[in-house]
Amino acid sequence: MRLVIERSELMRALGHVTSVVERRTTIPILSNVLLRAVGSSLELKATDLEREVVEAVSADVQQPGAITVPAHMLNDIVRKLPEGAEIEMVRDAERERLTIRAGQARFALQTIVADDFPDLAAGEMGHTFEIPAADLKSLIEKTRFAISTEETRYYLNGIYLHTAERSGQPTLRAVATDGHRLAQLDVDLPEGAQGMPGVIVPRKTVHEIHRLIEASSAPITVGVSAAKVRFVIGPITLTSKLIDGSFPDYQRVIPQSNDKSMKVSNSQFMSAVDRVSTIASERGRAVKLAIAPDKLVLSVTNPDGGSATEELAVDYAANSFEIGFNARYLLDISGQLESDTLQFLLADPGSPTMVKDGGEDRALYVLMPMRV
Amino acid sequence: MRALCRACCEWSGPELSGPDLCAACGATRIVRHPELEALTIAHIDCDAFYASVEKRDRPELRYEPVIVGHPGGRGVVTTACYNARRYGVRSAMPMFQALERCPHATVIPPDMAKYRRVGLEIRDIFREATEIVEPVSLDEAYLDLSPENMVSTMPAAEALALIAHRVESEIGITVSVGLSANKLLAKLASEREKPRGFSVIGRAEAKRYLAALPVSKINGVGPSTERRLAAAGIVTIGDLQAVPEIELTAAHGKLGRRLAQFAVGEDDRAVQPDRPAKSISAETTFRRDTADLSALMVALEPLAARVATALDRKGLAGAAVVVKLKTATFQIVSRSRRLQRPTQRADILLEAARPIVEREADGRLFRLAGIGVDGLVPAAEADPPDLFGG
Repeated sequence: MRLVIERSELMRALGHVTSVVERRTTIPILSNVLLRAVGSSLELKATDLEREVVEAVSADVQQPGAITVPAHMLNDIVRKLPEGAEIEMVRDAERERLTIRAGQARFALQTIVADDFPDLAAGEMGHTFEIPAADLKSLIEKTRFAISTEETRYYLNGIYLHTAERSGQPTLRAVATDGHRLAQLDVDLPEGAQGMPGVIVPRKTVHEIHRLIEASSAPITVGVSAAKVRFVIGPITLTSKLIDGSFPDYQRVIPQSNDKSMKVSNSQFMSAVDRVSTIASERGRAVKLAIAPDKLVLSVTNPDGGSATEELAVDYAANSFEIGFNARYLLDISGQLESDTLQFLLADPGSPTMVKDGGEDRALYVLMPMRV
Repeated sequence: MRALCRACCEWSGPELSGPDLCAACGATRIVRHPELEALTIAHIDCDAFYASVEKRDRPELRYEPVIVGHPGGRGVVTTACYNARRYGVRSAMPMFQALERCPHATVIPPDMAKYRRVGLEIRDIFREATEIVEPVSLDEAYLDLSPENMVSTMPAAEALALIAHRVESEIGITVSVGLSANKLLAKLASEREKPRGFSVIGRAEAKRYLAALPVSKINGVGPSTERRLAAAGIVTIGDLQAVPEIELTAAHGKLGRRLAQFAVGEDDRAVQPDRPAKSISAETTFRRDTADLSALMVALEPLAARVATALDRKGLAGAAVVVKLKTATFQIVSRSRRLQRPTQRADILLEAARPIVEREADGRLFRLAGIGVDGLVPAAEADPPDLFGG
């Protein structure tokens, strides 16, 4: 294998693929990136066995071949080379080294043969469709904060992507929940997605995709099978295993008849919650909402720290009552809003509360109250 | 009426007859008392503590009289071992006088740092039985061994026999144990059979037992109160029992009321732990050692339920689960794992304990398993309601 490649091209691709490489792994080859020179391009591939990222960049290939080298080390080397550098890579099969030359700098990296590199991409994707990058981005951004990190509920450790219906229109829906809050977003169902199985995309994959979307505004091709999901984002292909579990019947926890509507300025609400929760010794403590016609009083009481209250003007006409929520959960939802209108649909202090965004009716949030 | 063997900590049934020999180990150190299984307040006192520690560290002095105290003309005896006491050496006696009585005694200057260290080691053993430990000094403490405060399900007497056994085998000194219904009687009981004693005073005999003792045995009766009582013709606690409470209160105020109560063996002072409980746990010893994962998990189930009940009663929740296992070779494995959020729930504790037990159940035989919580927080922070009711 022998090739010459432009530094910026290589650095960009390495940045995309190496983030899936675990810093600490017990299987040596998983620390490596696979380099495959073929035709007029260099293909880079990295994996953590749960997901793999492949990207091809153009290169002047003088002799095709494949080898693996330590991913983070290669990334660091390329980053430190001067801008505009031409990088030459030559495999020395006999000494099991990859020689990298740029200007007067020369590196010889230890290698592991490419044959041993795991391959996750094999297998047919039963359903393939194209989705606008902005839609996929919204599906992730509006829901990922609610993904559970509790290992015992592994089936909640991802975003549930599936087909659904909203006001009679077919949609592609993302749902995430940790049992205390739930986030849901609908986008128009892309052509070809009809009949796809509902899949749980693992949290780490979700974050990887979100990072990679930044690299492209072109539509993204999504392939779904029973065990894997694939995203083709421009020159990058990410293939990930799915969470093997069944997502709970989330529909039954979405309140259908909460008729007490309270509208409040999101920016005011967010700042007020942030202020009163300063009193709580740890974030995540309960904020009490005393709701009355046109008036909301937020309060936090910490037996060891004192108390705080703040009053806000709201649009509310039903009966007065008090309800408690986790301050962080409130802030998480507020942070998702596109408009300044935050709408609560309430029932009583013990029942799930629905939260909506005045400017994004495709999104809905559900919050379980706390005892206060 | 069951009897308890202090040597092997086993109970013997009513069939135990003839000379007091343990049916299990044949030892003669049998404790029997009609209220043995009902009493829960204990006082434990180390025997000649400083001297015992010194003898432990210098085995060649084991059978010699040892006096701990500053040598020289003006020093006093801090502690005398039981051997030295036979010659009339007493605590607080001037050293020259002690050495007149026992010239061949070895005098060792006190090493307080060492005694403190050993005292804390002993206290840790107490705390493995109950969280409610009230240290009186380095070598003395009250323990509340009521079932709700205990780590294990064994009766208080058995826990005490085990404590005494462990202090002897692990620390290398002996203790005297008093078991009774309250602090006053427990302390009197521990003094009754020193050294290496195990004495029980039941509610039924308390008044009669107290009657013969001098008033100075009552906690809080110092030399001046003793003189005042003597002036009124009250020398024994029995004399005190004959005086109506109203007269005692008139003569001695608040203390009078207490004297009246103490005189008949009543004492409502609670055992006050010197620090708030940091953890709550429960454990059990198996009839037969096991290496089986599912057997271990099954054993933890009722224990987790006990921990959950205790948390609920105290209005607390645990931020971490702690699993304790003891191997057949008496190695203790203690592993903890932080929970996602504090909990009071037995099922969540068990679920969090499972991976720990799975990792440890590698074929080794275990004789004991326990589960508990660490990082106690108010219950309000625990177990927020769940959308899925899970």
